[in-house]
Amino acid sequence: MRRGPSAFNIAAIVLGMGFLYLPIVLLVIYSFNESRLVTVWGGFSTRWYVSQFQNEQLLAAAWVTLRVAFVSATLATILGTLAALGLVRAGRFRGRTLFSSMTYAPLVMPEVILGLSLLLLFVSVGVARGFWTVMIAHTTLTLCYATVVVQARLVSFDEALEEAARDLGAPPWKAFALVTLPNIAPAVAAAWMLAFTLSLDDLVIASFTSGPGATTLPIRIYSAVRLGVSPEINAISTLLIGLVATGVIAVYLLNMRRRTAAP
Amino acid sequence: MNAKPRLNIGAVRSSFAPWADPSAKPLVRFDQVTKRFGGETAVDAVSLDIYEGEFFALLGPSGCGKSTLMRMLAGFETPDLGRITLGGEDLAGRPPHLRPVNMMFQSYALFPHLTVAQNVAFGLRQQKKPKDEIATRVDEMLALVRLEGLAHRKPDQLSGGQKQRVALARAIAPKPRMLLLDEPLGALDRKLREETQFELMALQQRLGMTFLIVTHDQEEAMITADRIAVMRAGQLAQIGRPAEVYEAPNSRYVADFIGDVNLFEAKVIEDDGDIIRLVSPEAPEGLEAIEDDEIAIGSTAWLAVRPEKMRVHLDPPPPGPNRLEGTVADIGYLGDWTTYLVELPGGRTIRAARANASRVVDRPVDWDDKVWLTFAPDSAVVLTR
Repeated sequence: MRRGPSAFNIAAIVLGMGFLYLPIVLLVIYSFNESRLVTVWGGFSTRWYVSQFQNEQLLAAAWVTLRVAFVSATLATILGTLAALGLVRAGRFRGRTLFSSMTYAPLVMPEVILGLSLLLLFVSVGVARGFWTVMIAHTTLTLCYATVVVQARLVSFDEALEEAARDLGAPPWKAFALVTLPNIAPAVAAAWMLAFTLSLDDLVIASFTSGPGATTLPIRIYSAVRLGVSPEINAISTLLIGLVATGVIAVYLLNMRRRTAAP
Repeated sequence: MNAKPRLNIGAVRSSFAPWADPSAKPLVRFDQVTKRFGGETAVDAVSLDIYEGEFFALLGPSGCGKSTLMRMLAGFETPDLGRITLGGEDLAGRPPHLRPVNMMFQSYALFPHLTVAQNVAFGLRQQKKPKDEIATRVDEMLALVRLEGLAHRKPDQLSGGQKQRVALARAIAPKPRMLLLDEPLGALDRKLREETQFELMALQQRLGMTFLIVTHDQEEAMITADRIAVMRAGQLAQIGRPAEVYEAPNSRYVADFIGDVNLFEAKVIEDDGDIIRLVSPEAPEGLEAIEDDEIAIGSTAWLAVRPEKMRVHLDPPPPGPNRLEGTVADIGYLGDWTTYLVELPGGRTIRAARANASRVVDRPVDWDDKVWLTFAPDSAVVLTR
């Protein structure tokens, strides 16, 4: 019997991958376009990469985005891990079902509604919109994703391990830090990466909750595109893709090393 | 403190019996301990003393409360009623990490991100022992369980038997007052399990440490333990040496749970203080047994006879009590033992077992042979419940 992919399998993979990645490949190729016209190939050049680094507005937006993503991902991961621990460990408490469905609700809630409701909240409380409001909004958005990722790992984590640590003389917090955390670390890292990426490319919620001086990169790109696509946008998008891909590959390699590290 | 001083029960003589000494102080005392989960009573008013240096087994089917009892001692569950004391000190409110007992978990619960040596060192690290002392103790422990070469392996690179030994070394390393073993050999295959049972016993004697083992495997409990507590539905059915529990069970439940048994429901017709005579429709020639306890004439009792105490005859022995006649319905040949299922005229099947002490047999028993079964009066136990 013949093993390996059939013609149908290969066709399916080529079509699927093409559908997913062709637009991105085109974008990357055109970021190296010499021509100012986005759709006309004018020879290879890296001038747009150079010029974007002289674009103060773009750089400022990128810096805001990175800061927002970093702080909100960290916060969401901590809160998400705690929520996951509560859901998995606390057993049956009153309102557990309500709590868990409320944690997941933002997963399926339209972003427009989340953005609008956050905007209304910030306005009614009287908070000036800016860096912190975007950060809080993104924490709200990514918290449930982080919870889901960490919870999936905790469910398969043998609680006897933590009991063994306590039995051997470690107080509860130390048992968690010495035994549970190292074992769920890959999931926590994955949750952070996911939250970071989600925050990095969010346009809808950021446009509701950001204010003057806190324009994020997606907002900047979107408004620039409305005035006509500049090849600079292609260049910065390529850099973003590279950044995210590097992060994902780094986490993957880290996990592989952990698995095969022992002599 | 033998209930029947005139009978030497079992094939083993042991001088270690702190429970028989009324002045001895127990290491652990369960005092009327009750634990409920929701509406279910997992442990029901259990009182139990375990002495220093003892190898004690909690034996029972799954769900009988034996694990809950152990987890309460380790501090992972809190009794609803009653007290648990260790060395005279009440353990109530003391969290697991402050209790001087260590547990070996059924799943072994080895820390997968730490090496074998780091696993064994974990408890010592928590005690803030100096580094060189920890290293010495870890080496000593690994030598004890014969794992010297594997100190730098991770748990997922070990076989089942090796994992079991790491778990054991890790639990012993901090020198607990008592070691708790939760189904410690359940995951091992039969051959390895038997070896490990004897190893555990030898280890316990060498360390002089008190061991409490929880198991559903009667063989494991019989081999390793000084005393066994047989549990049933949250209560203690019987406590005693393995031989006492096997040869002098106090109830039909214990007789049936430990080993195989033939039970005859019978009516007591005579008790001369030594020999009790009974009648049963299953034994037309009557039954008799040696029993010290007084049993009311006319009351119903059960006569328990172990299969290996049933003798199988191909020629009719002289008529008299404790003689049953039947045909061989089935034969189970196990190599060391042969089990005969003998069907009585009333349809009841009796088990008789015979050690295959020699290779050559003059007249082997065959299917459908007519046979007679007899047993000595001191081989039978009279049970009233």
